[in-house]
Amino acid sequence: MKTPIAYFLIVSAALFTIGTIGVMVRRNALVMFMSIELQLNGVNLALVAFSRMHGDLTGQVITFFSLVVAAAEVVVGLAIIVNVFRRRRSTNVDDLSLLKW
Amino acid sequence: MSPDQLVFWVFAPISIGSAIAMLFQRNAVHAALLLIVNFLTLAVFYLVLDASFLFAVQVIVYAGAIMVLFLFVIMLLGVDRNEALAERLRWQRPAAVLLGLGVMAELTFAIRAGVGFATKGAEAFATTANEGGNTLALSKVLFRDYFFPFEATSVLLIVAAIAAMVIAHRQRRAITRAEQTATPVAEAEPEPVS
Repeated sequence: MKTPIAYFLIVSAALFTIGTIGVMVRRNALVMFMSIELQLNGVNLALVAFSRMHGDLTGQVITFFSLVVAAAEVVVGLAIIVNVFRRRRSTNVDDLSLLKW
Repeated sequence: MSPDQLVFWVFAPISIGSAIAMLFQRNAVHAALLLIVNFLTLAVFYLVLDASFLFAVQVIVYAGAIMVLFLFVIMLLGVDRNEALAERLRWQRPAAVLLGLGVMAELTFAIRAGVGFATKGAEAFATTANEGGNTLALSKVLFRDYFFPFEATSVLLIVAAIAAMVIAHRQRRAITRAEQTATPVAEAEPEPVS
């Protein structure tokens, strides 16, 4: 393998940054959620790249756990979004200002 | 140019391009489809990085299961709703992009300082860490060193499944009874007036 590991880390940092900007810019709860998935995937790529760099499989195991946690998070998060949509008829997070003082 | 470099330079622009394009999609379905493209390019990166098991898991779990769940919920909530692009705080969008670029610069600097742009992967990864194939080697690490966390994730998945059922459950009977009593009155009232 001749590609430097840093290139993969740069791509992972870029994906994380794009996910961060997405969470801050978009107002649709579903798209914000997708941006969070993008952040998680960016970190996963960094973990796999570090695993390759050090010749140690622990990074891949942690990526595996991160996948499981992401799946659980998506299930609960989407259930919450569906529930909010039933009450408010909207997925726009600006409409959810009940707890704002 | 070696094969893995070629794969990287083909798929890295697709990956970042699809991620950026996702931000500009007003339709949530298009955003989800671009995210699937991004996840598939990440799967290719895993393959280049000698993590073939995670390649398969990424395609099945992320590009398959999770994104299908996303699309299912988008369809459930109505596809034709386009997001209102009006922003409550006028400075929020430029501030977000500016701070994001700051994060990117910081991470690049950290990578340069901590890893260096010339560091290659460990030599002979396939015969040392991946001895006997990636899946076998990964299972050895997972079931020997990380067995307890692995069992804990099974509890996590069960809790998440039950939580989703509890949160998304609708009490049908109470709503239909209320509607049954409410609708005849609402329909009958205007008639005597007119």
